[in-house]
Amino acid sequence: MEKVMMKGNEALAEGALRGGCQCYFGYPITPQSEVAEYMSRRMPELGRVFLQTESEVATINYLYGAAGAGVRCMTTSSSPGISLMQEGISYLIGAELPCLIANVVRGGPGLGNIQPAQADYWQATKGGTHGDCRMIVLAPNSVQEMFDFARDAFDLAEKYRNPVFILADGALGQMMEPVELKPFLEFDPHKNDSWATTGAKNREPHVITSIHLEPEEMEEFNRHLQAKYLLMEKEEVRWEEYQTNEDDLDILIVAYGIASRVCRNAVDDLRASGIKAGLLRPITLWPFPKAEIRRFADRKIPILVVELNMGQMLEDVLLAVEGKTLVDFYGRYAGIIPSADEVVRKAFDTLKKVGK
Amino acid sequence: MSEFVTQEIISAGMGGQGVLKAGLLIAETSMKEGYNVSWIPSYGPEMRGGTANCKVVVSKRPVGSPIVTSPNVLLAFNRPSLEKFEQSLKPGGILIYNKSLIEIEPKRTDLKLVPIKATEIADELGNTKATNMVMVGAYVKATGYLNPEKVKEEIKHMFASKPQFVELNIKAFEAGYEAAEEIK
Repeated sequence: MEKVMMKGNEALAEGALRGGCQCYFGYPITPQSEVAEYMSRRMPELGRVFLQTESEVATINYLYGAAGAGVRCMTTSSSPGISLMQEGISYLIGAELPCLIANVVRGGPGLGNIQPAQADYWQATKGGTHGDCRMIVLAPNSVQEMFDFARDAFDLAEKYRNPVFILADGALGQMMEPVELKPFLEFDPHKNDSWATTGAKNREPHVITSIHLEPEEMEEFNRHLQAKYLLMEKEEVRWEEYQTNEDDLDILIVAYGIASRVCRNAVDDLRASGIKAGLLRPITLWPFPKAEIRRFADRKIPILVVELNMGQMLEDVLLAVEGKTLVDFYGRYAGIIPSADEVVRKAFDTLKKVGK
Repeated sequence: MSEFVTQEIISAGMGGQGVLKAGLLIAETSMKEGYNVSWIPSYGPEMRGGTANCKVVVSKRPVGSPIVTSPNVLLAFNRPSLEKFEQSLKPGGILIYNKSLIEIEPKRTDLKLVPIKATEIADELGNTKATNMVMVGAYVKATGYLNPEKVKEEIKHMFASKPQFVELNIKAFEAGYEAAEEIK
């Protein structure tokens, strides 16, 4: 299929459209405003809903309403905006409402800056919101994946009746890259009729709520959520490996999103210098590919984690590794993306620590 | 055509000079010629009449970071862009600068210099707005890895919705190509 040059933000929007998104709610914030701009043009063309809300707090509650009506809906924002939505995200999870939320991450904390960063990893994967909350968190590393993941997100959200979260960054949002636009997905618009508030004529009303005042009832509901989370952990872990086939690999680099692209080139450069380097890229940040990383730890292969933050996914790698191998870290921050050369230098440093 | 080296390009100038489109034309043509490409604009607190730039990577291997900090090609459309980015060019890099608006000379002596009177050439063709195509013409000549005919095809494609501008832009591109040809 022919490829077109497209911005990551626009590809995300087009992907969501083709995945069946019927309602987009959003509030402008750099570096993701092109999503809303694009949707403001495309949604009316398709006879669908675009609404610029008065705030992020309003946005997430519009989403609650639309998702409660069983409609495929989404919002996008960037770091501070996502923070403002956290209460609503807990309500969506508590009311078991499928929808898509994407964060095109910028530098923080606070107002921070508007350059690419990966510093919202903890917020996205550790339940940035209250209660025992989990969401599938997808981390694209190309404009193509911005499109693909957004297109597939609604099926995934409806499968579990839970929000799906896309964690991108300012570079993926702003950059243009060739992308293949896959066709519109077919889906059953009545799939959610068994629980959604679609009109109670000739049936008992459906109630969308996250309140359970009786402790036993609330605990039982939490057990139900945990069972869903367990199923996600069992079925939805996604990752990608590059150059990891040798048993005697010298070093494994673990990186996601934009950082993983740089690390892929670093692996090639390390191999050109005779180092057997490999890359493992988590695609789902939650559920995290723990078992896949442990395979390398069991073989005592040293691991270098590279992120655009001060060491967040690092903690998940450490948990997966259970102390069985050396785990080193390299991070750049505040909009700075490391070069492949920097990663190569750091990898040599890591190898020195294990006496290689 | 010369041997290909990975292109890490910064195209920089004043808002309205078409610096983003210049980068996009290079990226789109290179994509169609089978290279891996990325394009990313400067974004955020920019103002009307202020500076704008984009970074383009053209590579045979998958593009890592789209953000270019040490370019091997700089397209400087005005003086502030030359002053801001000259020092970041890699040794041996190519500096294509708009002589019409840049009255100073570059300081570096380890670069291939391509001074082009881009704005004047565009004005002579009847439209200042074609300055960016003159600059792209110089780029294609100076780097030598793209077939100019393919770039012209891409210009037709790029201006498909404004066909009245196709001829002007192609002429501007050719003029830039020829102007760069005269530089040894």
